[in-house]
Amino acid sequence: MSKTYYNSEDLKKFGNITEFQEEMGKKFFDYYGSVFEEGALTAREKSLIALAVSHAIQCPYCIDAYSSDTMEKGCTEEEMMEAVHVAGAIRGGASLVHGVQMMNKVKDLSM
Amino acid sequence: MSIAVKEKKQSLQFRGDDLANVKTQLKILNGKEVIQKELPRFQEKLKAIDIFPLKPTQVDIFQMNLGKMCNQVCAHCHVDAGPDRKEIMTKETMQVCLDILAQYDVSTIDMTGGAPEMNPNFRWFVEEASKLGKKFIDRCNLTIILANPKYHDLPHFFKEHNIEVVSSLPHYSSKKTDSQRGDGVFDKSIKALQMLNEVGYGIEGTGLPLNLVYNPSGAFLPGSQETLEKQFKHKLRKDFGIEFNNLYAITNIPISRFLEYLLQSGNYEGYMEKLVDAYNPAAAQNVMCRNTLSISWDGYIYDCDFNQMLDLKVNAKSKHIKDFDFDELSNRDIVLGQHCFGCTAGAGSSCGGEVA
Repeated sequence: MSKTYYNSEDLKKFGNITEFQEEMGKKFFDYYGSVFEEGALTAREKSLIALAVSHAIQCPYCIDAYSSDTMEKGCTEEEMMEAVHVAGAIRGGASLVHGVQMMNKVKDLSM
Repeated sequence: MSIAVKEKKQSLQFRGDDLANVKTQLKILNGKEVIQKELPRFQEKLKAIDIFPLKPTQVDIFQMNLGKMCNQVCAHCHVDAGPDRKEIMTKETMQVCLDILAQYDVSTIDMTGGAPEMNPNFRWFVEEASKLGKKFIDRCNLTIILANPKYHDLPHFFKEHNIEVVSSLPHYSSKKTDSQRGDGVFDKSIKALQMLNEVGYGIEGTGLPLNLVYNPSGAFLPGSQETLEKQFKHKLRKDFGIEFNNLYAITNIPISRFLEYLLQSGNYEGYMEKLVDAYNPAAAQNVMCRNTLSISWDGYIYDCDFNQMLDLKVNAKSKHIKDFDFDELSNRDIVLGQHCFGCTAGAGSSCGGEVA
């Protein structure tokens, strides 16, 4: 067992997940590759979305990978931080919108 | 840590830094002093695809480094150029180059530096070389055009001699550009690009090519050249009304001041691993040393500008232009090292951008 749950070196070993289940692993990486190709969205836009999602799901591997990837695609620091704010806004909003549920309950229970 | 934090005002040589010694650089690149683990050797990669020893395809580009003097001190400079560097090519050496160029079927003259325009014989050389009717490139840092009134007419001079201008602009944001090339460089570069546009450079139909060089402002690889070009065109047109032809995405080679940056920022190992992991055999087939000769300010011959800065002279008897032997040089074994992974990563990298 490693001393920490996350080891940045493990990111390089991501491809090794096929060792235990080759077929599914291979299908996943093929799919993954297709998702990030240029399409209706540019590869650059997809990378910024991935950066935002990485923060929303708080995956340190993904944050490392997509910080580099967005930089490689020429994104500015402002663009990258705006993407993180999108994640923050959605996460914050997801909490706050439940405030309506709270308010409904409070109103139900109040005289 | 960003490059800007460590922005230097002098060359490694002027500072007396140990990295100014190429032996120190080669020891780091080839040894285990910094990276404990064993990285694959570049030549082994070429053996695996049966192109070792690497041979030229043809000698087609004659790249001349007119000197290490420059008005900028960029954080990533592989030449270790700067205002404190005094090495410049003499008129006599230029004349030997002209004689060679007149004699052999080399299609392109590629002038680089430092700032090649700072060589006092730059204009004389251009006048003479332009008579040869070859493709003619000047690698212009842009700010030189504004550095002194005597350079303000350079756009007209370039146009008059039908020179293709290739200019570095690492980003369309001032922050990223200045972090690599020095405070205020972005604003001056924009002004210089507008001056080049004014005389027709980069404008469709003029036949005056203005190509930009993008290289990453840090320890990461360049993304897709095509995507970056689209983004640069959109932003430069929208924000500054600037037009240009092509964007060349170039990988930073881990030598000289970029090596210094990598070591100081703790990125050396990670960067070398990135280069090795991104090795692309298709790019290896098309590396620029296969069609280029690089000439130093003092007339020595190298496989490329990077080998020149590591003082790795050609593996041939004719190591100097005074002994120039075209046939021998056309059949030489190209000198390789771990820094060569910089030219074969991803889509590859050359003075003309991607190669695969």
